[in-house]
Amino acid sequence: MFILDHLWIILALPLAGSMLTLLAGRHWPKKYVNFSSVGFVVLAFLSYCELAREFFTLSPSQIPWLGNYFTWMVAGNFHVNFALQVDQLTIVMLGVVTLVGMLIHIYSVGYMAHEEGYYRFFAEMNLFMFFMLTLVMASNLVLLFVGWEGVGLCSYLLISFFFQKKSAADAGKKAFITTRIGDFGFTLGILMAFWTFGSVNYKTMFAAAANMPVEGMHHWGVLTAICLLLLAGAVGKSAQLPLYVWLPDAMEGPTPVSALIHAATMVTAGVYMVARMNVLFSHAPAASFAVAIIGAVTALYAASIALVQNDIKKVLAYSTISQLGYMFLACGVGAYAAGIFHLMTHAFFKALLFLAAGSVIHAMGGEQDMRGMGGLRKKIPWTYGTMLVATLAISGAPLFAGFFSKDEILFDAYAGPNANIFLYGLGIFAALLTAFYMFRLIFMTFYGPPRYDEHHVHVHESPKVMLAPLAILAVLSVIGGWFALPPYWGGKDYFQGFLDPVFASSTALAARMHPAWSEPPHSLELTMTAIAVLIAFIGFLTAWYFYIHKPALPKKVAGAFGPIYRLLLGKYFVDELYGAVIIGPIVWLSRNILWKVIDVGLIDGTVNGLAFLSRETGSGLRHMQGGNTRSYAAWVVVGAVAVTLFFVWMVR
Amino acid sequence: MVPISYFLILSAVLFGLGVVAFAFKRNIITIFMAIELMLNAVNLAFVAFSREFNQLDGLIFVFFVIVVAAAEAAVGLAIVMVIARNRKSLNVEDVNLLKF
Repeated sequence: MFILDHLWIILALPLAGSMLTLLAGRHWPKKYVNFSSVGFVVLAFLSYCELAREFFTLSPSQIPWLGNYFTWMVAGNFHVNFALQVDQLTIVMLGVVTLVGMLIHIYSVGYMAHEEGYYRFFAEMNLFMFFMLTLVMASNLVLLFVGWEGVGLCSYLLISFFFQKKSAADAGKKAFITTRIGDFGFTLGILMAFWTFGSVNYKTMFAAAANMPVEGMHHWGVLTAICLLLLAGAVGKSAQLPLYVWLPDAMEGPTPVSALIHAATMVTAGVYMVARMNVLFSHAPAASFAVAIIGAVTALYAASIALVQNDIKKVLAYSTISQLGYMFLACGVGAYAAGIFHLMTHAFFKALLFLAAGSVIHAMGGEQDMRGMGGLRKKIPWTYGTMLVATLAISGAPLFAGFFSKDEILFDAYAGPNANIFLYGLGIFAALLTAFYMFRLIFMTFYGPPRYDEHHVHVHESPKVMLAPLAILAVLSVIGGWFALPPYWGGKDYFQGFLDPVFASSTALAARMHPAWSEPPHSLELTMTAIAVLIAFIGFLTAWYFYIHKPALPKKVAGAFGPIYRLLLGKYFVDELYGAVIIGPIVWLSRNILWKVIDVGLIDGTVNGLAFLSRETGSGLRHMQGGNTRSYAAWVVVGAVAVTLFFVWMVR
Repeated sequence: MVPISYFLILSAVLFGLGVVAFAFKRNIITIFMAIELMLNAVNLAFVAFSREFNQLDGLIFVFFVIVVAAAEAAVGLAIVMVIARNRKSLNVEDVNLLKF
């Protein structure tokens, strides 16, 4: 049980790679940097494979497997250890993180080959892997938060990788500051959890929470408060309304960064946290509902913005926000396994989409605007093929990965214990828009006449080191869904069964809270699936009509619906709104009060004042030592008189 | 018997004169003379008290004061001689080189 007994190895490998590359990589040739960084991540993945193999030999009573490595903080009753745990949810998350991380590292060897700061990129990517693994394997909230903040840091570093570019530096700051706002809520949630349970350890918290009464939708108690605060952190980290604004700007970072951090791993940390805290959330229906409604509304909102964006990466960014909304919707209605399933399939096809987009951008010599592309299908066939697979997956084409996961979420929203027709409606409408904008992306990029200058841009297929991960992810985007074949197909939902021990208490609680609910019939499932496929097909058809059949149509529609088009293109002007309402006043406050009054006036004034006082006192006192002997004589007399008077008074 | 208060008043007056001269005279030698005057005024007071209480303690202390005054005069006059040679003046206001 080598890895199980030494869980820290999986964490230490990317950390070692990061430190080695950072400290020594500056003058190394690229080959060495590859070994010191990508090599360690490959080792981490292999360690994961071994871990999974060992995990499957464990008996149910040994799960969750804990590894307590050292005591970190002890302050009165507050004990926090560097303690890692492995249970089914951890295995799934670790698999996603290490596998997709490894593929993206390999891809980056090709993509970043001509960039300055090659070693810095890989050092930061490895550091990110370390923090993400810490987040996933933590067995208490504080260690999770360490990982949480660490991935935020690495996200900032990587978004601002091209730091000389002002927009990139600004985007990094925006990402960090926006997620910080959420993290403030998260910290308060951790403190409140400690106050309620006396510990931040998962085991203790969940055991205590299971014995607490379920809180009502309108009578909020401590559990609801804790969950809402933790949700605030998740909203920031996973880019939901209203803290999503950093993710589209984060596209300033190199494309592998967008793939790894802003598609497959970091942004899923919020979903993971909600799923991990499922015991708390299921005892606080108001908070669960908040999760669901935020998710559903964000899904639709982001999909609507993606309809009209012209930058290929921005479309994918809004698509990510939308799909994360689906995951939140799933967790909010209690379908935690479905949410995690979608997390996994999304990681595959979204990473693939981003990497393929990177391949397109690389082929086009840096062009990112789809209006300057077209007809690339024959020129970069591998990129086209893999991207098409991913698009089919995300749109929910039957048998592809996204079909199974998205379908399950929508079905649970419609007919699960916590069903809500409104949420279902939002979700299905967002699915329609998803199919539309994804196929719009495909048609604009790969079909039609080339809208670029063929003499200046030499479109070439990417090197094999970039294509291999694309191919692997494409295969995963197809077979990734086959872990959870719905029962009515005659298959077995292995995924849900695997994760069942993690979510069992919540599922049972949901059933108890809704005694009137019963397992819906298979015919209903079949109908819902058919509706979902039909909706996706309508989306595809509409996109085909707009962009292949009648290419002049989009402009006409945009003209006809001018105000709506401008609203969507301007992303609902939320950034401007925040700028005016929040950032403007804060900057004014900082400049005029905090700076001019307090910093310059009070603090500098105090320090300067002390110096002034010193100087003046000294200036006054120096007359006592003027070199004038007669004044010395005078002082002697004064002193003698004073002493005499003192003694006279004493005798009295 | 002369009442002791006569001696003490005389001592006080002499001491006061010495202080005034010490503070207001410009000639260094005059200031030294004022210092001697103060010391001797104190001697007078000690002797008066010794006679009043028929104790030897005051007289012993007078010995000490005389010795100190002599030593101090010796050293002080030596310093004054050097200053007078260098500054070419016996005005205490000219001893002002240690100023700010």
